[in-house]
Amino acid sequence: MATQHSRSVARLMMAPAVVLLLGWMLVPLTMTLYFSFKKYLPLRGGDLGWVGFDNYVRFVSSSSFWPAVQATLMIVGGVLMITVVLGILLAMLLDQPMWGQGVVRILVIAPFFVMPTVSALVWKNMFMDPVNGLLAHLWRFFGAEPISWLSEASMTSIIMIVSWQWLPFATLILLTAIQSLDSEQLEAAEMDGAPVLKRFYHIVLPHLSRAITIVILIQTIFLLSIFAEIFVTTGGAFGTRTLTYLIFQRVLESQNVGLGSAGGVYAIILANIVAIFLMRIVGKNLDA
Amino acid sequence: MGRIQLKSVTKSFGDVQVIPPLDLTIEDGEFTVFVGPSGCGKSTLLRLIAGLEDITSGSVDIDGSDATDVPPAKRGLAMVFQSYALYPHMTVRKNIAFPLRMAKLDQAEIDKRVEGAAGVLNLTDYLDRRPGQLSGGQRQRVAIGRAIVREPAAFLFDEPLSNLDAALRVGMRLEISELHERLATTMIYVTHDQVEAMTMADKIVVLQAGVIEQVGSPLELYRTPRNLFVAGFIGSPKMNFIEGPEAAKHGAQTIGIRPEHITVSETEGEWSGVVSVSEHLGSDTFFHVHETGLAETITVRADGEVGFRHGDRIHLTPRADVIHRFDAKGLRIE
Repeated sequence: MATQHSRSVARLMMAPAVVLLLGWMLVPLTMTLYFSFKKYLPLRGGDLGWVGFDNYVRFVSSSSFWPAVQATLMIVGGVLMITVVLGILLAMLLDQPMWGQGVVRILVIAPFFVMPTVSALVWKNMFMDPVNGLLAHLWRFFGAEPISWLSEASMTSIIMIVSWQWLPFATLILLTAIQSLDSEQLEAAEMDGAPVLKRFYHIVLPHLSRAITIVILIQTIFLLSIFAEIFVTTGGAFGTRTLTYLIFQRVLESQNVGLGSAGGVYAIILANIVAIFLMRIVGKNLDA
Repeated sequence: MGRIQLKSVTKSFGDVQVIPPLDLTIEDGEFTVFVGPSGCGKSTLLRLIAGLEDITSGSVDIDGSDATDVPPAKRGLAMVFQSYALYPHMTVRKNIAFPLRMAKLDQAEIDKRVEGAAGVLNLTDYLDRRPGQLSGGQRQRVAIGRAIVREPAAFLFDEPLSNLDAALRVGMRLEISELHERLATTMIYVTHDQVEAMTMADKIVVLQAGVIEQVGSPLELYRTPRNLFVAGFIGSPKMNFIEGPEAAKHGAQTIGIRPEHITVSETEGEWSGVVSVSEHLGSDTFFHVHETGLAETITVRADGEVGFRHGDRIHLTPRADVIHRFDAKGLRIE
C-alpha cells in the first residue's frame, strides 16, 4: 500500500544513494569528455588549451587503434566461447551425484577468488615460463620443444589465463540453472525417444538459455576492461594491446591525458556497440 | 496390443529392498490402477515398467517378448507425469510433436497426428501457446496428447490428477475414462486416491510396502477385501473395525462393517452411542459416534437428511450379511 506520503518519503530516502551514484558516474564521464577536447600534457607544459576534435582524429588514425579494437574483441570473444562451453560441461559434471561434492564445488569456484594480478603472475611464472614452467616440463616430457607462451602464442595465453579466471563464474551460474531443471522433463524426453545428445540439445540447452545470456552479458562488461592480466604478462606487446591498454599507454606512458581521454570515449562507444549486438542476439532470452 | 507381465520382479535401492518378488499380469486393453498409501512403491513399480528404473531381478514382458533390458524409448509405452513434464520453451504443437520428431516421421504425418490429438483433447485453439500460458487442466491434456500421438502399446499415468483442484479432477477423471473407452489401449494408472481407483479401474492392484495385497475389480475389493489393509483402504468413509467381545460373538478377532451398512434409529438398535460430529451433505449424512463401547469412533452413513446433532444418543444396527470377519493375522474369514 503505497500512499502519496510513503511514496514521497521513499523518494527522499532514496535520494542520497541516487545522487551519489549519479555523481560517481557523471563526474568521471564529464572530466573524460572535458579533457578529450584539450591538449593536456602533465609533464610537458600542462594544459595547453582547447584543440577541438584533434585528439579524436589522432587516436583513430594511429596505427595501433584498429589492432587494439581487434585484440579486445578477440579476447572477449575467445574467453566467452571457452567459458560458456566449458562452463556448461563442467556444470553438468558437477550436477552428477558424487562423493565429496561440496568440497569439489568450492575448489571449482576458487580461481574466482584469486586476484587478477596474482593469477596472471602465477600463470606467467609457474605454468608458461619456457624454462621452468609446468607446461614446459610437460612438453619436454613428451619430447617436444617448449613453447615460450607469452611471446609466441601471446593472445592464446592471455585468453587461457582470463578464461581460467572466469570459468568458475560461468560454471556457478550454469550449475544453479541446471539444478533447477525438472528431472521429469528429461525422463519424459527419454520416454519420447530422445537419445542423450538430443535431450541435451532440445531440453537442457533451452533451459540454460537464460543463464547463458546472463553469463555472456556480465562477462562482456568485465572482459572489455581487463587490464591487470595484460600489464603483468606481456605489457601490451606481441599483439595483446587492447583498447583499455592502449588508453593506459597514451595517458601514463606518453603522458597525454587528452589523447587518452578521447580513447576512453571510443571505448565507451565500442562497449555500447557490443552491448547492442549482444542484446539483439541474446537479449530476447531474458523476456518471458 | 499391450499385455504386460511382471515375473518375480524385485527392486532394491542399495541394501533396501523396496519391492520384494512380485508377479502381475496386465491384460491387453485393461485399465489397471495401482493404489496404495504414499511410499508403498506404486510409482517405483510404474517406473520399472516404463524402464526409467532398472529392475534388480526378475523380468518384464511386453506383448510376450522380454523387455527387461530394452531402453524406455523402445518399449512402446507412453507416460504422463505428475508434473506433466511439458517442455516449457516449446509451443503446445511442438510439445505434442516432439516424440514424432524424435521418431523421424515426415512432417505431413506429424501435422496430421498432432491435429488429430488436439481435436480429441479440445486443444486446437491452444496449439500455438506455450505451456506457461495454459491452465492446469489444459497442461494435463497436452501431456496426454503427447502420449497418445505415439500410439503406444500402453499408457502409464503417474498420479496425473494430484496437481489439479477438486472440481477439475472429477472432470479429468471422466475424460481419461472416456479416452480409455475410445482407444481401448492398456492403461496403468498410479494414484493414492481410492476414489480415483474405484471410479476408473477395470482392475485395482492394492499395494503396501511393495507387496501386492489384493488384485481385483473395484467391486470385488469392496465386497470381499482379503485382509484388514484392503478393507480399510477401499471405501469412503473408512470401514469400522471392532475388536473384543463383539468380534468374538462372530467368531473373529476383528470384524469390519462399512458405514453404509449400519442403520440408524432414534429408539432401538443393537448398539448405541453419542453423536460427536454430524456431516450433513444433503444426499447423505455422516455421523461420527462415540461411547459405543465397541471402538473409539464408529462412522455411520444415513441416506438423505437425518436430523441428529452433536450430543444426541442414537441406536445403530449393522446389516448382518455384510459384516466382514478377520482372523488374528488380519486375513479374511469366509
